[in-house]
Amino acid sequence: MATTAAPLNYLNNGYGAASWLLTRDHKRIALLYLYSITAFFFLGGFFALLIRLELLTPAADMVAPDMYNRLFTMHGVVMVFFFLIPSIPAVLGNFLIPIMVGAKDLAFPRINLLSWYIYVLGGLFTIVAAISGGVDTGWTFYAPYSTSASNSHVILAGVGIFITGFSSILTGLNFIVTVHRMRAPGLTWFRLPLFVWAHYATSLIMILGTPVIAITVLLVAVERGLHLGIFDPALGGDPILFQHLFWFYSHPAVYIMILPAMGVVSELVQAFARKNIFGYSFVAFSSLAIAVIGFLVWGHHLFVAGQSTYAGLVFSLISFFVAIPSAVKVFNWTATLYKGSVSWDSPMLYAFGFIGLFTIGGLTGLFLATLGMDIHMHDTYFIIAHFHYVMVGGAIFGYLGGLHYWWPKITGRMYPEGWAKFAALNIFVGFNLTFFPQFIVGYLGMPRRYAMYAPEFQVYNVLSTAGATILGVGYLIPMIYFAWSLKHAPRAGDNPWGARGLEWEIPSPPPTENFTATPIVTEGTHQYAPSREVGIV
Amino acid sequence: MFTNFPFFPQQASEQAATMDALYFFLVAVTAFFTLLIAVLVTVFAIKFRRRHDTEVGEAIHGSLALELLWTFIPLGICMIMFVWGAQVFFHMTRPPKGAMEIYVVGKQWMWKAQHMDGASEINELHVPVGRPVKLTLGSEDVIHSFFIPDFRAKADVIPGRYNTMWFTASKPGRYHIFCTQYCGTKHSAMIGTVTALEPAAYQAWLGGGAAGGTMAEAGAKLFADLSCNTCHMDTNQGRGPVLKGIYGKQALLASGQSVTVDDAYIRESILNPQAKIVAGFQPIMPTFQGLVTEEQILQLIAYLKSLNGSTATATTGTGTPEVK
Repeated sequence: MATTAAPLNYLNNGYGAASWLLTRDHKRIALLYLYSITAFFFLGGFFALLIRLELLTPAADMVAPDMYNRLFTMHGVVMVFFFLIPSIPAVLGNFLIPIMVGAKDLAFPRINLLSWYIYVLGGLFTIVAAISGGVDTGWTFYAPYSTSASNSHVILAGVGIFITGFSSILTGLNFIVTVHRMRAPGLTWFRLPLFVWAHYATSLIMILGTPVIAITVLLVAVERGLHLGIFDPALGGDPILFQHLFWFYSHPAVYIMILPAMGVVSELVQAFARKNIFGYSFVAFSSLAIAVIGFLVWGHHLFVAGQSTYAGLVFSLISFFVAIPSAVKVFNWTATLYKGSVSWDSPMLYAFGFIGLFTIGGLTGLFLATLGMDIHMHDTYFIIAHFHYVMVGGAIFGYLGGLHYWWPKITGRMYPEGWAKFAALNIFVGFNLTFFPQFIVGYLGMPRRYAMYAPEFQVYNVLSTAGATILGVGYLIPMIYFAWSLKHAPRAGDNPWGARGLEWEIPSPPPTENFTATPIVTEGTHQYAPSREVGIV
Repeated sequence: MFTNFPFFPQQASEQAATMDALYFFLVAVTAFFTLLIAVLVTVFAIKFRRRHDTEVGEAIHGSLALELLWTFIPLGICMIMFVWGAQVFFHMTRPPKGAMEIYVVGKQWMWKAQHMDGASEINELHVPVGRPVKLTLGSEDVIHSFFIPDFRAKADVIPGRYNTMWFTASKPGRYHIFCTQYCGTKHSAMIGTVTALEPAAYQAWLGGGAAGGTMAEAGAKLFADLSCNTCHMDTNQGRGPVLKGIYGKQALLASGQSVTVDDAYIRESILNPQAKIVAGFQPIMPTFQGLVTEEQILQLIAYLKSLNGSTATATTGTGTPEVK
């Protein structure tokens, strides 16, 4: 093997199927996740496309209402549980966290591989549920509809979610142990990249919240299969209990989706402003604050469900508290640009997009936390718009920005920057055209999950569908140039961005063991120049 | 094709303006901060753009003063939203005394409204303008939600319990009713129309629809048909408590606690009689689960209410009731 052209790295270190399917290398597992979540993303996107086409006209004329109900349910289930929750942690987190802490791998490499297999198994159940007729309960599975009325494959889909949850728990566990135990000498907590802080906070939610959703879907299956009265009042159960259990996980789950994206944006802003973040410890602790406070706000989904007024007051108040750390992050990212050396490379365009869209997504969340306002807004398209601003404008922008930033490290190749800029712009425009009209049609009163709607709502739905078409094209472009880049794009070199951080000090793609010698860390990441305090009274 | 681009729903109730004021405040705050961030990001990204390949930014560590500033200003604004929102919520969720009562039952996939005078309607709701109307909402099957966007009024309709909502229509006209909680195949067809009428027109409408007797009369008949009266007598001789005049009062339970005799308690006592036994009585009443529909339970409640002799406010449509 003396004639090997490229130095040995994690990609050319073994080629057979077994070398991938039995790998314990966190970088290869990250790629396994990348392929699987990309498949689920386009599956979920396909459902979304059909939803938008149906909503082009007020009547249910393209698909029957029963099919429409299955489409939005499968869109939600696939996107939430099989794309958004694993996306950044399982792909970028898996790839980068060991490198960022200066380790050779995660603490439990075999458990890491097991997480992927569990994820795939859960995904298969959900795909079988989809193929064999689908689920029509909405991704929220509200009882007693899900337990007594629906005649779709609730249990099958529930089992899929139940299984996938364990993947999430194991990934969180692996991250937490790795960050605690495997940091390189000199890498103190306050020298950790903010990406790692964000994933640490995310992992806490994964470990503490996921068991609750597992129990909840199990109880749905038990009531549905065995007619044990838990949620259905006809059997002596309480439907509000379901909502409490469901949202106790599913509201924090929103932070599982957005916190890693915030971690990515913190890295992007620093790398492309060539400047350490403004207010490091505030940004780091705001992640933890969001994770902790996020567990205490679930009741804001129940303001019009007949929950006690005083419980509503408390949940409203705490929901406003969880907004503050998010605001702190936005201000700090913005301030980081001040006196930076700001480049407009494509990853940074996603970061700019993220800051603006997340600001709108976050602020419109305040409408829903406001008790009185929520009476009118609840279950209308305003909510759909709000959470897509957070989930797409936030989480997906973060994911795409991160993927573009670390793509040279992951593959060793660049990508066509012009196309990347064009795609980012395309996605930004398509996204806003899709979801901004939904704020307006929501305030007008259009309810969510409607196959048919009143004619006066049509103009906004036509705009939305037009936007979704543009957005769909925007998602396909990176697929194409990323695939193309693997063979044809110029080699990236170790540090194409001139960024700071342990991942940029090793070759691209990295060798299997990441570091030939354990690095010794003497300062925080993204120190491009000697630090100083800013003098503002 | 599209003749109008509405940005706001009509203001057809007295509550609508209250809600919209809060909405405009929230929109203003959102617009201000979005613009602020967008302008700052744009200006910094242009002003401090990278001039040459090796340039690095100035390493600024941070500023405690600024961190405190952008923690406490948003917090202050949030507290304004919280208090304002809570006030609107209290106003919107607490029906005034003397509000006209209408009972609404949701089932897959229709709305059935019953008026106290006996008129009932499906996917339609007639209400007078200028009078507070309180809806008591129940469900036969799964969760629904009753939403009138032009009134800014909504409440979930949950099986096994009653939720209430109220509004005062302010403008005659016809307005959408939407089910907003997903409930199955025809969720998006579970819609209807509220017709707000001038008081005189409302009286005329009532006159045309009350052929079958009032809700309380229907309840009285049911009370006899189900043989409730064999135990719940007018005198203390019965095996069950006397029901005359107890509505709205406190009842002392065998457990030593007490409970307000309201719609929810009456409903529970019919369907699950053993749950809260009144002190001094044996737990011998059988359940009527499956024997009475949600609508019939509401008729029985109306009957018990009528035993208080206080149904006047609910059935007469004229005059302005006392509103607190």
